[in-house]
Amino acid sequence: MSSPTPAHPLESQSPRSLCARLHLVLDCLEPVVEWAIRVCGWSAILFVFAIFLFVLREAAPVLFGKLNLVEFFTSTQWQPSSEVRPQYGTLALLVGTLCVTGLAMLLAVPLGLGAAVYISEFCTGRLKEMLKILIELLAAIPSVVWGFIGYVVLGPLIMQLTGAAVGVNLLNGGIILALMSVPVIVSVGEDALKAVPDSYREAAISLGASRWEMVHRVLFPAAKNGLLAAVLLGVGRAIGETMAVLMATGHAVQIPTSLVDPIRTLTATIAAELGETVAGETHYRVLFVIGLVLFAVAFAVNLTADLVVKGIRRDQTD
Amino acid sequence: MIAGCLGNARRDPTTVIRVEGSDTMVNIAQAWAEQYHKLRPEVSVQVLGGGSGVGIASLIDGNCDMANTSRKMKEKEIEKAKARHGTDPVEHVVGYDALGIYVHPANPLECISVEELAEIFGVDGTITRWSQLGVHGMPGDKIIRVSRQNSSGTYAYFREVVLKNRDLKLGSVDANGSKDVVALVARTPGAIGYSGMGYATPNVKMLKVSWRKGEPGIAPTIENAQNNSYPITRPLQIYTAGNPIGEVKKYLDWIFSPSGQRVVIELGYVPIR
Repeated sequence: MSSPTPAHPLESQSPRSLCARLHLVLDCLEPVVEWAIRVCGWSAILFVFAIFLFVLREAAPVLFGKLNLVEFFTSTQWQPSSEVRPQYGTLALLVGTLCVTGLAMLLAVPLGLGAAVYISEFCTGRLKEMLKILIELLAAIPSVVWGFIGYVVLGPLIMQLTGAAVGVNLLNGGIILALMSVPVIVSVGEDALKAVPDSYREAAISLGASRWEMVHRVLFPAAKNGLLAAVLLGVGRAIGETMAVLMATGHAVQIPTSLVDPIRTLTATIAAELGETVAGETHYRVLFVIGLVLFAVAFAVNLTADLVVKGIRRDQTD
Repeated sequence: MIAGCLGNARRDPTTVIRVEGSDTMVNIAQAWAEQYHKLRPEVSVQVLGGGSGVGIASLIDGNCDMANTSRKMKEKEIEKAKARHGTDPVEHVVGYDALGIYVHPANPLECISVEELAEIFGVDGTITRWSQLGVHGMPGDKIIRVSRQNSSGTYAYFREVVLKNRDLKLGSVDANGSKDVVALVARTPGAIGYSGMGYATPNVKMLKVSWRKGEPGIAPTIENAQNNSYPITRPLQIYTAGNPIGEVKKYLDWIFSPSGQRVVIELGYVPIR
């Protein structure tokens, strides 16, 4: 800011002092901003721990008390409000969750990865942008709307096409969950493919590989960790989903013997029953134990996804 | 003194009516309280749940003005209330809870007994196919049981009346609300479900119900619920310690009036008239 010949000492001084003052203020602000950002970062960890502790606190009296954990995991008798003998067997609910998630992944993984490959490798310009926006829009549809579609549209359709006795069942829930997981798989999968350096593609093509050969011989192996992470995040999405499965699966406590049997998931059980249980009684607490089980499953899935993604980074630096 | 009270009431809502009791009736009591507050902002009605027994105990102790119950007061409770307040508690039937048994309109069945319902819904029940009820030509023949989540009041009442409090068989499709039961039955030809009579739509059929197999079925009509001949019905009552007076009496009178009874209908229950 210094000019060679200052006409008035006062005029030249004022901008300089302003600048200095600004610097002073910024210098003071810097630690504040730094602290604010640090708090933001730590708060995420804090919230996760607080939620975990809350769920644990509500579950603890029965978890370390009268709940028979063997019965909890191996019995199919979910009769928590029984007047005769309350039973808290969650096997049917566990199997229901596994079945509907498995079916959803069976449908969503090929569809999601296919879409990711198409958008990343075969699509250019405006079409690519449009598809990306549309898929993001798909992710923004609220789960209760998906549930409603399952209940009102897909249910009668399944009854017509398969002759099933009930429209809300495993197949319905699986299809709805698949559609909900696809956007996650597409966007993470596309990122993974984009991360593969162009030199790989150029090398493959210069060796005379067709586009398809390039995708499945070069890109898939190169991006396999990222693609696996995409699938696992899809699984996480599907396991945690509540409202849509509550409406679309039929909510019946039984181990399914066919694709069109109604089932019930762990999440839907909590959603349907917690509201009307008496706070503090056994039924209420056992629902929190189910919450802990879901916590553990979500943690395992996310941790695996994380470790897999870390695997990519190591591979790339090698 | 009355004038003084009224003058007081006009300035701020100091008149409080305390209502406590049945969880089944909490929704209806809340809806009454809200409607009444719109009509008379100077009166505030406080509603607590907890159960019929809790409401009665509270009435005996003088902690509430009205007790909502979905059962009659027991002899012992009446004695206690009389000892405490000097007068017999007074029962006011304010509506009926009647459960309709719903099937798909294409189902030729017209009548069912409570015994048969117990065999269909009960934990050790043996009826799983429509042909066992003499209904033939149903797609798949399998009976699709539509029930409610096990923490709902309707579930508890159905279990009490039909199964004498034994467990329900697992594997039923458990709808999350009274309307959902009816909507699901309307869409599922092989289904049978229970829900408040007031939730009937043209897309479902309500069955006549008898106690025993072979007896003539009682039609699920408002009259039959009111005169208690329809098997799956129970009165919803409010108890007061002695004859109601003052604001409590005015509130009860309003509950019996057409606008109070409209609330009963809106919530799927059967009105008294």
